[in-house]
Amino acid sequence: MAFKKDRLRRTMMFVPGNNAGMIKDAGIYGADSIMFDLEDSVSLAEKDSARNLVYEALTTVDYGDAELVVRTNGLDTDFFEADVKAMVKAGIDVIRIPKTENADMVKEMENLVVAAEKEFGIPVGTTHLMAAIESAEGVLNVPEIAKSSDRMIGVALSAEDYTTDMQTHRYPNGKELEFARNMIINAARAADIAAFDTVYTDVDNTQGLIDETEYIHELGYDGKSVINPRQIPVIDKVFEPSKEAIKNAQNVIAAIERAHQAGSGVIAMNGQMVDRPVVMRAERVMKLAQASGLVDKEGHYIGK
Amino acid sequence: MENKLGRVLPETLMEKLNLKPFETTVIGHPIVQRTAPKVRVSNGDDKVTNDLKKIVQDNVKDGMTISFHHHFRNGDFVFNQVMKIIMDLGIKNLTLAPSSLTGAMNDVAIEAIKNGTVTNITTSGMRGSLGEEVSHGILKDSVIFRSHGGRARAIEEGDIKIDVAFLGVPNADRCGNANGMYGEEAFGSLGYALMDANYADKVVLLTDNLVDYPNTPAPINQTMVDYVVEVDKVGDPDKIGSGATRFTTDPKNLKIANLVSDVITNSSYFKEGFSFQTGSGGAALAVTRYLRKAMIEQNIHASFGLGGITKPMVDLLEEGLINKLMDVQDFDKAAAQSMKDNKNQQEISASWYADPDNKGAMVDQLDVAILSALEIDTDFNVNVLTGADGMIRGAVGGHQDAGTAKLTIICAPLVRGRIPSVVKSVGTAVTPGDSIDVLVTERGIAVNPNRPELIDQLKNVPGIDLCTIDELAEKAEKIVGKEEPLKFDDNTVGIVEYRDGTVIDTIKQVKD
Repeated sequence: MAFKKDRLRRTMMFVPGNNAGMIKDAGIYGADSIMFDLEDSVSLAEKDSARNLVYEALTTVDYGDAELVVRTNGLDTDFFEADVKAMVKAGIDVIRIPKTENADMVKEMENLVVAAEKEFGIPVGTTHLMAAIESAEGVLNVPEIAKSSDRMIGVALSAEDYTTDMQTHRYPNGKELEFARNMIINAARAADIAAFDTVYTDVDNTQGLIDETEYIHELGYDGKSVINPRQIPVIDKVFEPSKEAIKNAQNVIAAIERAHQAGSGVIAMNGQMVDRPVVMRAERVMKLAQASGLVDKEGHYIGK
Repeated sequence: MENKLGRVLPETLMEKLNLKPFETTVIGHPIVQRTAPKVRVSNGDDKVTNDLKKIVQDNVKDGMTISFHHHFRNGDFVFNQVMKIIMDLGIKNLTLAPSSLTGAMNDVAIEAIKNGTVTNITTSGMRGSLGEEVSHGILKDSVIFRSHGGRARAIEEGDIKIDVAFLGVPNADRCGNANGMYGEEAFGSLGYALMDANYADKVVLLTDNLVDYPNTPAPINQTMVDYVVEVDKVGDPDKIGSGATRFTTDPKNLKIANLVSDVITNSSYFKEGFSFQTGSGGAALAVTRYLRKAMIEQNIHASFGLGGITKPMVDLLEEGLINKLMDVQDFDKAAAQSMKDNKNQQEISASWYADPDNKGAMVDQLDVAILSALEIDTDFNVNVLTGADGMIRGAVGGHQDAGTAKLTIICAPLVRGRIPSVVKSVGTAVTPGDSIDVLVTERGIAVNPNRPELIDQLKNVPGIDLCTIDELAEKAEKIVGKEEPLKFDDNTVGIVEYRDGTVIDTIKQVKD
């Protein structure tokens, strides 16, 4: 497991916690984050066995650099405490809180996580949290939810439950999600955490997925949840930086290094000031370029 | 006795059958003598009959070698009809020499073995109940497994001497002119059957579709045929080939296919006029689709596609991305239909396809082969014949033959369920590691260390995660654990020939 706060999160792949075959292979598709689901994809009869299966997988299978996330059962269920204990013990990177409606729910989860970390001798603060926003109440409270804990790494829109709560349903153009998507990305950026868009459920409609991903990419989202590994390369492609963006980022990074060597914090490049946000954007572009296989280890552009 | 791969071969059996151990994949330029069949002279007027029993009675005798083709695959009605008559007549000690045995033949084949009708078999492969029975020692003598090219060679050189060939065809005229393209049970190319038609002493065609004389095209023609027997049905059209070949949606197969395509397109072999062969499995079919994209993007055309033909290859032919399809068999209806309609899809015999002792076979000109594997070991030796339980459940097919391509890529998932595909030593060596250049799994790609230039071509390609095959074997073991070695009896149930007729491995009787 490889927790990094500031990492690429273009794709978060859902893996049903009761499917041993999918759990075994979850690491081979290049998802930035893998989310094992103990909640909606697992029937009541399988709640305990799924928890055991995911626990065993987390403690034995090598998932490489992927960030490992688990969606526990809701705070109002009988399974929730056992879920949290087992996952904290297994050393999960992130616990995703389902149906988060307010900051108190995050606090309740955090308290349980702290207790579990202490019980299993895991350094307090190791386990991170993210919130799934699935209701009107959750969307209205997302600014406080996003800032409710130092452990928070992100907020995610879950559109199926949300649209039901809104007395509407999903439309191809996504207008019904406009307010929620904007609330969530603003709250995430204000809290300096990641924003995940909802799943695109029509797995055979590649163009639809591209269109929706381009839209949320423009809004500023970090990435999308995915329900099928086939969606991962499609989404990654949308997040690929252009050759010009990569060249520009390389120039920015080179310029700031020269400036540091000269003992200056701020420089101008092509007549424009290069300040910290510009440098951060350049670093992110280079990270995306590397993940997309567009630059080699030395940073030379090798895209086509 | 050990061969060059270190496979231990039973000395007494090798001596008794006058067999030589496998040495090398290099064929060289030996001078070989071919055989010719006996000819029962006829003016052609006495060939048609509907009395199959009489034809069998008059022509099949104890101890003979009889043959069938497997172009009807699981829809075959010919083998069972003929074998039942043979059993009814009480004929014994036959050698069965079909191009391969399909599941539709299993029950009757087992019965014929048990009652002494069949005492020897040579085939490309067998599956299911027949494979299990043979693995348990149902036959007194060992089955000889040969590749499609190896069978062609053995027939031409007289290692297999077919007394009577029973060949089902979807059409024939009264003199025996026939093809595989027209009729209800059309299957396309007659590639494997052409060997039997050319070299068997007696050639009996079975058809349910007697057409006007003269029937063309006639890959099997009247000069080869002794009898044309009218029967009710030669096959079940729905079981001959898959209908519409479905593009796999399995994400693991797609990932492997995409990687195979990346290996090909980043190798020096991907250039204008290249040639390739793919299998019919999910991942191999998907490779063709990915390759198509790269061919369009880089404006590269293939001079030919080879082997078993599938719809994705036909699509490339129709789009002008492949100039010719050289067709030894058709795996689906679209491919069979295309052989009839498209003059650039050429029917070829198993000899033209892959006989190593030839004045040049198509596989000798092949650039890229994409093949599958049940197991591959850390010496790159491939097993496509026996399962992890030691049971015969596959076929040599064209594996050894296409394996001689300039770039041979094996694609396989690293593990299937709890069974590893990459192992320290394969259960049965079928294709020697010398033939294999690259192994593509979903968890890493290994290049044969005897191909350093390929390693150079692939090592800096983004997305291609090169590792050693030992590392892949370790990864597989880490996932599924260490296997207990299988237990075998001493009895040899199968002899696996390399395409040149030397013995690459033997298969022992399974101990329960």
